[in-house]
Amino acid sequence: MLGLGVDRLQADINRLLASLFHQGVLDEQFLQLQQLQDDTSPNFVYDVINIYFDESEKLLRNLRLLLMDREFSDFKKIGLHLNQLVGSSSSIGARRVRNVCVAFRSASELNNRLGCLRGLEVVEHEYHYLKNMMHELFQLEQQRLLAAGVRYPM
Amino acid sequence: MAARDGGVSCLRRTEMIGIGIGELESPPSDSDQVHVLAVDDSLVDRIVIERLLRITSCKVTAVDSGWRALQFLGLDDDKASVEFDRLKVDLIITDYCMPGMTGYELLKKIKESTSFREVPVVIMSSENVMTRIDRCLEEGAEDFLLKPVKLADVKRLRSYLTRDVKVSADGNKRKLVEDLSNFSSPVTTSPPPLSTSTSMESSESTRPSSPVGFISSSPESSTSPVDSPIRRREMKSLGLD
Repeated sequence: MLGLGVDRLQADINRLLASLFHQGVLDEQFLQLQQLQDDTSPNFVYDVINIYFDESEKLLRNLRLLLMDREFSDFKKIGLHLNQLVGSSSSIGARRVRNVCVAFRSASELNNRLGCLRGLEVVEHEYHYLKNMMHELFQLEQQRLLAAGVRYPM
Repeated sequence: MAARDGGVSCLRRTEMIGIGIGELESPPSDSDQVHVLAVDDSLVDRIVIERLLRITSCKVTAVDSGWRALQFLGLDDDKASVEFDRLKVDLIITDYCMPGMTGYELLKKIKESTSFREVPVVIMSSENVMTRIDRCLEEGAEDFLLKPVKLADVKRLRSYLTRDVKVSADGNKRKLVEDLSNFSSPVTTSPPPLSTSTSMESSESTRPSSPVGFISSSPESSTSPVDSPIRRREMKSLGLD
């Protein structure tokens, strides 16, 4: 019965991953990260994604603060922040976040503050969706590990 | 966060322990192990590239700027640095787009130095801009990787690093003679612009003289030539990609 628990969880994980790939939320680079995880670095994916979350939220907060200022005019700074987000999102396989950041960046070159606010909303939405999905994935993985652990009692 | 070692590795300690990346200070140099200096202003990218390199058995020092890279190499002032015969750096891999000093500017500084000009420098960029790639290659960059960097990219770099550059055995000499004969094909008589050359070998032959080991790398690469970003770039220019 415990074995079934592990298998069911693994199936749930696989289904969630497949769905995220299908939706284009994640891309092949996410699988590359898995390849970097092993016994010497067993939590690599979890750790790097959490660092991505910390860094991204800082950038998103800065972007929001900048754009909330009605006097705002430093669009170049927006571009620089977005370069960071595009780069890090791409590095962890967050395809859709990356793409909406690229779109936002192009829009920011039009030097339109309200257009940028709209762009930021889209990015924030995609980012939070990704974060929720990742949390779900990590939770399932944690449950799977626990179930697998119980299966082989010492 | 000021590190005791002068900011050489810019990962927070807790993150490094969590990721299993290891010590802040460089251990005494192990001459057998390839030592790579990685430069990237993005923390996420630094973590990924460091892991990619470590998993391919490299020792890694990761810094967050060109300035810190120069500092690490002892090139940050104009005085000739004295005590760097112990510092062994086998490869420098740097992001192109960085605030302050770009990867290109860092590349130039390294190639201008007497101590480190022979060290291969690889540029990483998220943008596949032909003129950028050409500029870097002309300045002496060994290779150009498109981000996001994959394990196959790093393995390929690794393979041409550990290949024996020293022509110490007849076996090596023979291999080199065979490799050089690849360049005698008519395609390479006059150096064509890189974007129109159709093979990796001919594009490499247009570079300024490089260490012997580099010429021998292409026929032997364990991954198919299609994986090379230079090849990838050529394919893009032909509209094939």
